[in-house]
Amino acid sequence: MTATEQSQTLVGIGVGRGIAIGRVLRMPDPLPEPATTPSTIGPDSERDRVTAALQATGADIRERGERAGGKAQEVLEAQALMADDPTLRSEIDTRIDNGATAERAVHEAFGGFRDMLVGLGGYMAERAADLDDVAQRIIARLSGVAAPGVPESDEPFVLVARDLAPADTALLDLDKVLALVTSDGGPTSHTAILAREKSITAVVGVVGARELVDGTDVVVNAGSGEVVVAPSADDVARAEQARAAQLNRASVPIGPGQLADGTAVPLLANLGSTDGIEGALAAGAEGVGLFRTEFLFLDAGSSAPTVAAQYAHYSKLLRGFSGKKVVVRALDAGADKPLPFLNDAHEENPALGLRGLRALRAAEQILRDQLTALARAASESDADLWVMAPMVSTVEETRYFVSLARELGIKTAGVMVEVPSSALLADRVLGEADFASIGTNDLTQYTLAADRMLGSVSSFQDPWHPAVLRLVGEVGRAGSAHGKSVGICGEAAADPLLAVVLVGLGATTLSMSPSAIADVRAELRQHTREQAVQLAQAALRADDARGARDAVNSLVAELASS
Amino acid sequence: MPSVDATIASSAGLHARPASIFIDAVKKQSVPVTIAKGDGRPADASSILSLMALGAGKGDVVTLAAEGEGADEALAELKALLETDLDA
Repeated sequence: MTATEQSQTLVGIGVGRGIAIGRVLRMPDPLPEPATTPSTIGPDSERDRVTAALQATGADIRERGERAGGKAQEVLEAQALMADDPTLRSEIDTRIDNGATAERAVHEAFGGFRDMLVGLGGYMAERAADLDDVAQRIIARLSGVAAPGVPESDEPFVLVARDLAPADTALLDLDKVLALVTSDGGPTSHTAILAREKSITAVVGVVGARELVDGTDVVVNAGSGEVVVAPSADDVARAEQARAAQLNRASVPIGPGQLADGTAVPLLANLGSTDGIEGALAAGAEGVGLFRTEFLFLDAGSSAPTVAAQYAHYSKLLRGFSGKKVVVRALDAGADKPLPFLNDAHEENPALGLRGLRALRAAEQILRDQLTALARAASESDADLWVMAPMVSTVEETRYFVSLARELGIKTAGVMVEVPSSALLADRVLGEADFASIGTNDLTQYTLAADRMLGSVSSFQDPWHPAVLRLVGEVGRAGSAHGKSVGICGEAAADPLLAVVLVGLGATTLSMSPSAIADVRAELRQHTREQAVQLAQAALRADDARGARDAVNSLVAELASS
Repeated sequence: MPSVDATIASSAGLHARPASIFIDAVKKQSVPVTIAKGDGRPADASSILSLMALGAGKGDVVTLAAEGEGADEALAELKALLETDLDA
């Protein structure tokens, strides 16, 4: 596509509100599995092809290793040894002698070793990805196509991919990436999470992104979820102007979160371990809105960590946030995050199974130990500890958790609202609990009946959906009636404009990855409480997530120009 | 066939760097060398995939075997290598 062609606009789900202008570089798609059709050129020729491909691949990997140096070189050297492995070669030759093509023989021979490594588990199983990478490179060379993997370029680029795997992002030189555009993946995909963490402009789930080719100019606007292909000079000028305005705004000094009229909206951090304390404070977090405790339990091995071990961790956390609010979530595990001492039964549908508070209740001693450790740590600290139960779906469960927490010395006990039943009965749930915190990722999954982990339904996984927002509004109303705090601690709070809408729906605090705090702080300052309510109403009137986002964007523009 | 037992000393077993160093040494020998763990089938010691498939960790005992001119020297040298912590 060249700039002389007419521009075209593709639409997806924006992450954040960034704007980027640049050239497309595609991440090559994984290669299709080589066909099982027999060779037409005979074993001798196939063997020659394999010899050449193995040698060239090995040399290429070694050369990359020499360029990289250090730890990366060690990994690449091991990969080069895989390419010239004698045992692998004899496995390949056996298959070729039986009539397979070189591509198919390489695919199957690697597959055999891959299964073996996966069977060994642990460290060796993780090496299966290294093996896959070598296999893909050899097959790409045999087929004369580009090897999959992260593209390299000296110039900054807009990376276009199906979706990014964690392994890809580890190799990505983020300084070169102007924006991310994916054809698959929703707002909770790896790409979206990475983009939010690193503050990279991104639009995910873009229909038509697969057709984008290397070198195409694009304007990526995360705020509107649009990718303008082959933009006109006007399009580019407008985008540059908008980006300059945004950069100005982002320089809001660190300070407490508040709306334009001074209404306080505390900005809190989501943390998964005590490692993040310094980063959160540096970003200006006014406390912790979600401290996940799973890591303590995942690292503990075959039995739950002792009260003493937990107490040490919680004390460290509370010391980091002296004088501030810290919301800790009780262990959130189940068949989807199995722990040998909790629920590791196989379930057909783990999202709807014995997880969250349900699993804790079935193993109450674990919950009791955790609450005991938390209460002890809080008694020696001047941080304000709040504790909440994960995945609460009934008023009765709320009552159970709050009374157990009180019995064990927790002063402020609340629940996470992730299931529509809890949102719909929020008036009664908040009659029992001291506070509610809305987990928008799960609330969206349960409201739209769309598995968070399943790419094929990721387009449903959008917290802008008016059905999700209406449920948030129910909780906000109940919170205001009872005079109790309603927090948001899902990915939604990290989307600056959605954060304003959530405040308009009654959220009183917002908790997010520390890296998102600056953008959200800047956006909140742009709107009064009354405007936030108006924006929320506009979103609620829409038919779908896209409509809600559009309605809010155009109302923002209207309010700004009036 | 002459053989020796060796105890793996590298802290994360036979992978990446320790495996690369070991394979380089195996390829320099004048005789082919096999490696086996326990009652397992002996595998080509110059194959990184075979080494990884052994799943041998620190403290595991493996058996090296070779035959022909220079076999004893080869086995002694390779045993010494395995019993050095190559991750250090």
